[in-house]
Amino acid sequence: MPAPPPGVSAAEFSTALRKFEVAVGEQWVFKSDEDAALYRDAYSPERNEPTERLASAAVAPIEVEQVQQVVRIANEHKIPLYPISTGKNLGYGGSAPILSGSVVVDLKRMNRILSVDAGRCQAIVEPGVSYFDLYRHIQEGNLEVWIDTPDPGWGSVVGNALDHGVGYTYGQYRDHFGSHCGMEVVLPNGELMRTGMAALANDASWADYKYGYGPYVAGLFGQANFGIVTKMGFWLLPRPEAYRRGTVSVPKRRDIVKLVEHVNYLENLGLIGMPGFRSPLGFAQAREPELRALVTKPGGPSDDELDRFAESKGLASWSVELQFYGPEKTIAGSWDYVQQRIGASIPGARFEEGAVYRFPLTAEQQAQVQRVHRLVDIGIPNMSIFAIAGGRTPQNPDSADGGQFYFAPMIPRTGEAILEANRVLGAAYRDAGLPYNQYFSAPACWHYRAFIMITSLPVSRLDPEINRRSRAAFQAIARVAAEHGWGEYRSPPFGVDLVAGAYSFNDHALRRFCETLKDAVDPNGIIAAGRGGIWPRHLRGSRA
Amino acid sequence: MKSTITMAVGVAFMLHASLGVAQPPVGNAPLDRGKQVYDYWCLPCHGEGLGLPGFAELPGTQQLRIKYRDVAISPLLTERTDLVPDFVKAIVRQGVSFMPQFRKTEISDADLDALATYLARNNPATTPPAR
Repeated sequence: MPAPPPGVSAAEFSTALRKFEVAVGEQWVFKSDEDAALYRDAYSPERNEPTERLASAAVAPIEVEQVQQVVRIANEHKIPLYPISTGKNLGYGGSAPILSGSVVVDLKRMNRILSVDAGRCQAIVEPGVSYFDLYRHIQEGNLEVWIDTPDPGWGSVVGNALDHGVGYTYGQYRDHFGSHCGMEVVLPNGELMRTGMAALANDASWADYKYGYGPYVAGLFGQANFGIVTKMGFWLLPRPEAYRRGTVSVPKRRDIVKLVEHVNYLENLGLIGMPGFRSPLGFAQAREPELRALVTKPGGPSDDELDRFAESKGLASWSVELQFYGPEKTIAGSWDYVQQRIGASIPGARFEEGAVYRFPLTAEQQAQVQRVHRLVDIGIPNMSIFAIAGGRTPQNPDSADGGQFYFAPMIPRTGEAILEANRVLGAAYRDAGLPYNQYFSAPACWHYRAFIMITSLPVSRLDPEINRRSRAAFQAIARVAAEHGWGEYRSPPFGVDLVAGAYSFNDHALRRFCETLKDAVDPNGIIAAGRGGIWPRHLRGSRA
Repeated sequence: MKSTITMAVGVAFMLHASLGVAQPPVGNAPLDRGKQVYDYWCLPCHGEGLGLPGFAELPGTQQLRIKYRDVAISPLLTERTDLVPDFVKAIVRQGVSFMPQFRKTEISDADLDALATYLARNNPATTPPAR
């Protein structure tokens, strides 16, 4: 018998577990210490410390009626629940709850692909469906649609969207919550609700129109704790005729300002998919001692000094990879337009034409693509991103450790903001004793109307000091970011209150509003305590 | 993979094109089932093929090639001759390095038995299962 959740007697917990067994079947209630340990966050930066977030037990329903029963039982016995979809949100909590002692509601068995309609470019799935699953289903059916997949591909389509996860193609698709359309939710009282057009008694367009009529409440179920989502509709891309890539390089450091303006224009018009900004100078540091001396000198280098170095080596200060999807002639025309537009605006801009692919690819062509491109760029889920998750390297072949979590502040989508964020975050990382590529870090562009200056912080299964240092750095740097108006878009469990607390306009009016909702719809506080920084009334003194 | 759902579904779903269940297909003999579990859960990291651009192998294969750089042990799990079932089970349930552990809703105890049998099939010290 595991330890009961906080505030729940052993007898009450035992009774609830027996009722869970009746609801879902005895074999689908996991209550031994050994089984509960399978729900640990494999990338927890609190591993083996008293604060590590641990489940007391887990329950795995296979259909929505069972989810409703579990929620009703939890209400009756005041058992905190923590729903997960596939439990692969590594770096942001994995399969562990935020509140230790919670019973994880593991939705992996709810794995039905309820529909894929290629003509309407949409799918409806349950939480246990991974991107791999949906991709395979589409391939086996020879359906002419694409998914937009995150890295890695084994995560839940529903779960990723609910944590505001992201992908790589066009903006409207790579915002995975933004590309959802209609959901089904088990509310904290066990009642079943649907949103958008799915709320019609006889819906005919669940995944066609998001808003239905009246307030758009679906947003309340992302990064929050107002219910357990059991089905979601998603918009899919039509399979494009072709894909093209081109790279634009600009010579001077401050050219990033104009370059970003042009790329924003292209993306806002829907001409390109996700851009990939880089600094070739950043990659040159390892082989150029003169550059290393410049960036480490007291006071740092001036823009002119960096520009002179770049010119002397024939290097660009910045580059951006552009992705085009669509009819072959159309995207060729878009690439021509990019060259004309930016070439006329930024002196010394260079253009490198990338490969062109036509779909569907043969297996041989896919292998060719993989030699030079990330498969996620063309909607193919894979696991290759784990190559940079730590572990053994040729330089450190005996490291049996690995994992990371993320600091992911949103900044304005301008070149000036990149330069400013690098200056501020560089100093903050230096103060925290961790490395940061202050002069050459480029933003991630997953959420297409803002930049994410994401960095990973290492975690260790073996060395708690590494974890303590990473946690302390996150806390210090997040505070600095908040002072500059930069908030994070996701958070590891230990950081939810710090991250949510930065969204503090008008004495935390947003948090107070969410708490008012929480008290109204979940008076017993049973659903996902702490998620999104929202706590039930009886736990508000015990923030993470 | 693309089996038909036999349980009742809502009217709205009937309007859509196709239905499927996302899970490894069901095999019969332990080795068949073990291979199916391997292909579904392990192969994407531990198989052959390229990794990210710039990486010659998939992440799991890359890690094991570095680990066994000085000994004659294959980086591919399916070619190993030294694996024993209990070791396979321990790694799956505990995880190692950046590989997380797998829950029983992902790989059931029965599927883990089949996977362990499959990966230990080339070990002369283990008894092959009856086909």
